[in-house]
Amino acid sequence: MNDLLPLAIVIPLAGAAVSLLAIRSRATQRVVAILCAVATTAIAVTIVVHVDRNGTATAAMGGWPGSIAINLVADRFSALMLTVGSTMLLAVLLYAIGQRADDERSRWYHPAYLVLTAGVSGAFLAGDLFNLFVFFEVLLMASYVLLTLEGTDGQIRSGTTYVVLNVVESMVLVTGVALIFAATGTLNMAELPERLAALPDGIRLGLNLLLLIAFGLKAAVFPLFSWLPDSYPAAPSPVSAVFAGLLTKIGVYAIVRTQTLLFPETNRTLLLVVAGLTMAIGVFGAIAQSDMKRILSFHIISQIGYMVMGVALGGVAAISATIFYMLHHIPVKTSLFLVEGIVERDTGSSTLDKVSGLARRSGWLAALFLIPALSLAGLPPFSGFLGKLGVVSVALDQRSWWIVAVALAVSLMTLVSMLKIFNGAFWGDPMPSQVTAGRTGVLRHHPLMSGVTVAVVTGTLAIALFAGPLYRFCERAAFDVTNTASYTAAVIR
Amino acid sequence: MSFGQAILVAVLAGAGTYLVMHRTLTRIILGLAMLGNAVNLLILTSGGTPGEAPVIGRTGEFTDPVPQALVLTAIVIGFGVLSFLLSMAYRSWTIDGNDEVEDDIADRRLADEPDEVVDHGEPT
Repeated sequence: MNDLLPLAIVIPLAGAAVSLLAIRSRATQRVVAILCAVATTAIAVTIVVHVDRNGTATAAMGGWPGSIAINLVADRFSALMLTVGSTMLLAVLLYAIGQRADDERSRWYHPAYLVLTAGVSGAFLAGDLFNLFVFFEVLLMASYVLLTLEGTDGQIRSGTTYVVLNVVESMVLVTGVALIFAATGTLNMAELPERLAALPDGIRLGLNLLLLIAFGLKAAVFPLFSWLPDSYPAAPSPVSAVFAGLLTKIGVYAIVRTQTLLFPETNRTLLLVVAGLTMAIGVFGAIAQSDMKRILSFHIISQIGYMVMGVALGGVAAISATIFYMLHHIPVKTSLFLVEGIVERDTGSSTLDKVSGLARRSGWLAALFLIPALSLAGLPPFSGFLGKLGVVSVALDQRSWWIVAVALAVSLMTLVSMLKIFNGAFWGDPMPSQVTAGRTGVLRHHPLMSGVTVAVVTGTLAIALFAGPLYRFCERAAFDVTNTASYTAAVIR
Repeated sequence: MSFGQAILVAVLAGAGTYLVMHRTLTRIILGLAMLGNAVNLLILTSGGTPGEAPVIGRTGEFTDPVPQALVLTAIVIGFGVLSFLLSMAYRSWTIDGNDEVEDDIADRRLADEPDEVVDHGEPT
């Protein structure tokens, strides 16, 4: 069973190699990519079921004992994230094939995408800090290629900001890793808690801050967010969908992991303030924009604030709320970008000035947008309501009134800016130029893209429908995450 | 960490940070290379005092081999990222004739015409 863990990384990497060899045959590339993505998803599902029954699974590379080997560790949290992540990667891959994102100009799409898949799997499974850094680099490298896939002026311009900032982030991360190694003599996440606890408070705080800055930039928290709304909109829609849904959440995953496992006893008031500012800045930014992709990009930032808020509040209840929030947010955000992709494909633009009256032409498309949009704003009965309810009720229990006020106000403003997109793009009369393109059936013209979007939106509804069992799973996962002793015991034995 | 090495790390990091603040991509790349080397040296020194090569059968004070393995990985990653950035700078040069990092177009429009964007939510 434990041998499955490395396969979640090896299969997509091998697929990327095959895909590079088959660079001239798009059909082969597609088959290989789909097979690898399906296999990775299947492995992830197997792991999550196994881990939930039998507890944390580990794989020690090279057969060394757990304390010196390079470990892959899957507890409930990482297994869940791996499952959600690989499912989204599979969905977006199919969508991209439907959109022909892998056409002549960008035959590098499939290899890069599979490397990204491997990096995502690795980042979730990494059991030591240096490996976490390496897998971050793997997925970042793939994301650089995907972001600048067509090599157009706009992509190079925004790609430069993205690459340079992420390289700087990597350096902060490596510095943190090096200093942690200098202070403790290990990078194994199972051994670190004990050794870090023995360090003086000041040094521990410094190390913690270095990791927080590095992962915070990846997760786009205040004040390290400015690269995100600049770079994501420039990418092709299927690429920005997977970036929006997944990449920032890997930063959040790393924050949760390091804060609970390595630095459990920290005063997180500052982090709570950062969370509040992240929410507010994100939503203010969104309100000022008039392009769908940019509005949605700013909302990623404000939503990250809720997750960081859960981490900052601390405790099993808050962490389980954060995990549920991540579980809900990844498919919801992905589906919003997928709908945006269909709109852009159909009308040729994502600017609200140039798109109008889509609801008249396709009520289904409007519904597909409205469901995740209302879910993002946190309206019942959608999954976002439950996510927000979880985080906010923990804040109420801990009597952090001001963050509750911020969270609710931001929620309201999210609704306002989602309605702005709805009013602008879906309501009203269709533009004269678009009427001639056919009055109805936007979805029917793009069957694969629409099918995937419908599936992902249905998935978000299923999260709301099965919220009870899922929330209990998140609670078990949060118990895993906060219980350092069981993590250590599982890895070192 | 020896004093000389500490000074070297500080100088490389300082010069690198200065170069990264520039607008031309070439300078940013040079700055990132210097920053990367500063960090790599820092990793190398995190292993503690230097000593004998850690070979089975020998005795004495060994050097910690782990940071050396880490620094190798970090160097390879740094090399890959820098070559990608160089190719981006070249691409930028073939498109624009320069390699300056420009302002975000949408940001600039928002900053220039704040009144224009207020009513975009209204159906037209």
